[in-house]
Amino acid sequence: MLTLTHFLVLSFLLFLIGAAGVLLRRNILIVLMSLELIFNAVNIMLAAFSYYSGNLNGTIFVVFNITVAAAEVAIGLAILVCVYRRRQTVYVDELDEMRG
Amino acid sequence: MEQVFFYIFAIVAVASAIAVISVRSAIHSAFFLAICLLQVAAVFVLLRFPFLAAVQVFIYVGAVMVLFLFAVMVLGMGRESFGEKFHGQSIPALITLAVLFVMMGLLIFSGKLTAPGGPYTEAALAHNTELIGRALYTQYIYPFEVVSVLLLIALVGAIVLVMRDKIRVG
Repeated sequence: MLTLTHFLVLSFLLFLIGAAGVLLRRNILIVLMSLELIFNAVNIMLAAFSYYSGNLNGTIFVVFNITVAAAEVAIGLAILVCVYRRRQTVYVDELDEMRG
Repeated sequence: MEQVFFYIFAIVAVASAIAVISVRSAIHSAFFLAICLLQVAAVFVLLRFPFLAAVQVFIYVGAVMVLFLFAVMVLGMGRESFGEKFHGQSIPALITLAVLFVMMGLLIFSGKLTAPGGPYTEAALAHNTELIGRALYTQYIYPFEVVSVLLLIALVGAIVLVMRDKIRVG
């Protein structure tokens, strides 16, 4: 019998790995992929709560989440290609023009 | 039986997620991300949401992964050496992650995260694709339209951003 805790722990682990990728890696493409991992962790949690509470609102939010994530990836990668053309780098710590 | 499948999917998902952030070549990361997203789709099936699983496979494993692979190939990234992979803020980042780990672990295992009963019973949820469709086109019709406009904006925005020539106005 699967319980809510199973899904919560899986979601938590995926979120933590995604956060580690965002905070640790220098390559901005890997940072975007880690963002997708975080999105998926949140989606699992929404779907699990939706199922175990017998309420479909969470499921509909997962659908919207996936759509917004797709839009985010399209715009993020377009910005990334622009930045690469201008600066010839994909490392987040070299993109520090706006540093005060 | 269900539990066995859950553990298989969960272990593969976590292992491939770790591989995403730890392998050196960006294209390998992209493929490991595809494996992880497929496992998440399988988890949605275990939660008895076939519609979510289909959307996950179509949009994430289909569209988003193609975008990532396309970006990796356009940017032409090779392997990174170990020193190039991580940046200089690793120690504060690791402390933050450790605090996050402890806090979320305490939250989950305190037993306070429970799901309250909602309007649907488990038997009513058996045909949930129909229920999702009904809710999307009635109660959630306004967010649905907003999301479709958002997708249109993202489409136009992405094209405008990567266009090389300047747009002539007038």
